[in-house]
Amino acid sequence: MYMDDFEYYRADSVENALELLADHDGAELIAGAHGLLPRMKTGDESPSALVDIGQLSGLDAIEARDGERDGDPGGISIGALATHTEIAESETVREHATALADAAAELGDPQVRNGGTIGGNLAHGDARSDPPAPLLALDGSLEVRSPDGERTIAATDLFEGPFETAVADDEIVTAVRVPTDADAVSGYHKRRDPLSGYAMVGVGVWLRTDGETIEAARVAVTGATTNPARLPAAEDELEGSAVSEETITEASAQAGTTLSDEAFVSDVQASAEYREHLLSIDTERTLYEVLEVDR
Amino acid sequence: MWKPPTVIANTTRGRTTEETRRQYMSEHEISVTVNGERHELAVEPRTLLVTALRDELGYTGANVGCETGRCGTCTVAVNGETIKSCTRLAVQTDGAEIETVEGLADDGDLTPLQESFQEHHGLQCGYCTPGMLLSADALLATNDDPTREEIREAIEGNLCRCTGYQNIVDAIEATADRLGERR
Ligand SMILES: Cc1cc2nc3c(=O)[nH]c(=O)nc-3n(C[C@@H](O)[C@H](O)[C@H](O)COP(=O)(O)OP(=O)(O)OC[C@H]3O[C@@H](n4cnc5c(N)ncnc54)[C@H](O)[C@@H]3O)c2cc1C
Ligand code: FES
Ligand code: FES
Repeated sequence: MYMDDFEYYRADSVENALELLADHDGAELIAGAHGLLPRMKTGDESPSALVDIGQLSGLDAIEARDGERDGDPGGISIGALATHTEIAESETVREHATALADAAAELGDPQVRNGGTIGGNLAHGDARSDPPAPLLALDGSLEVRSPDGERTIAATDLFEGPFETAVADDEIVTAVRVPTDADAVSGYHKRRDPLSGYAMVGVGVWLRTDGETIEAARVAVTGATTNPARLPAAEDELEGSAVSEETITEASAQAGTTLSDEAFVSDVQASAEYREHLLSIDTERTLYEVLEVDR
Repeated sequence: MWKPPTVIANTTRGRTTEETRRQYMSEHEISVTVNGERHELAVEPRTLLVTALRDELGYTGANVGCETGRCGTCTVAVNGETIKSCTRLAVQTDGAEIETVEGLADDGDLTPLQESFQEHHGLQCGYCTPGMLLSADALLATNDDPTREEIREAIEGNLCRCTGYQNIVDAIEATADRLGERR
């Protein structure tokens, strides 16, 4: 397979990577190569240079941080270079950010999970990806560094369209952050596209309950839509409602109502109309699973 | 970006093709350890790991099937983790320890897993086998008593057009049983 030629630089630190990006016009980062390389092979992307951050040490740590302190928001921090395997196997992520662990475990296959990183996945903005829905449902964010310093990008500001994210060309994602809440539960349900293995419909759900009433809810979709999105109509239906079959049925029926018809992907596997239909069904499934309500 | 060498023909007089190639394609000197043996080689940045292993170093065990990361016949272990070597640049593995299917058998003595594939007819054409073996080997390294479901999940990234998978699952299951008896 003949890709266009390009220059290659291996960064030895985040600072070095930022310099290399700044020094080489048209340069792009590469981490696991599982998002970019397939697109370079097809000619969809052809960067003039690659800056490899895949071997940087210390950027793959997964840790739970105690409460807010020294400007740190607390919660969970997942290093950008953590692989999907590391996330799927992390007790910390499973306990405090179950939806993200579910998505990592359902992503691709064992080799793909060993190869791809969470930072690359979220920076790339492939709308068929799994992690975007849990990130939105968990109200997570990305920590990014640029020559100008650090900033945080909220999940709701991240996805700008197919392969477009708010991560700028001169920025490096260093960590994924997720707030934690001891009274909350979350989960992710994936309907695999039979051809690509990516999400045809992926639903992420986060709920805070006292066991009887749903106090707060966030629901998000990936794969079914051209851009991963929150589903406010379903969230409104859930918030303040009893944990019951009826609530689940009503919220699921609302799932796609805030999205325009054009928001849904239509391809050989499924029409936009069918995807909208599946979105309701899969929202229902995810809610049953997360709330552990028997049907 | 590399262009076909039209004018280059005039300027290359007196140089070897190798020198010309280097000048126009900025090669990188890398070193990798494959199955315990260290190799130094020069690769263009765009060379895939599977291409370097097969064409530069002669490890033809890793096959090329789809080149898109789907079929898994190019599976190798890089620093202990199985990946598809068509979805990694060779230059990214500079300094890495790589294991290919050639590294499994010790001086021609098949491993219990390989023997089991033979006994249970876990292969027909054999094209998927190198990848299947590495994925199965990775599973058995961390799980010595996998269920059939776990075996199927472990080989999810490896496609086989011949066997229908049943015999492959049998072969892996039997290996686990055999290793279990030995303990
Ligand atoms: C066969 C196959 C199946 C797959 N199946 C799925 C699936 O089912 N679900 C799914 O979600 N994904 C799937 N993927 C993609 C997934 O594996 C990758 O996690 C992901 O898309 C890219 O991560 P990466 O580390 O490989 O990034 P790379 O390919 O290295 O980079 C991707 C993009 O992100 C940028 N980038 C990388 N790291 C950073 C960083 N730290 N900061 C800023 N920018 C960065 C790069 O410049 C590039 O533009 C699949 C991939 C393959 C090859
Ligand atoms: S050749 Fe690499 S996965 Fe098919
Ligand atoms: S034995 Fe032929 S592809 Fe598996």
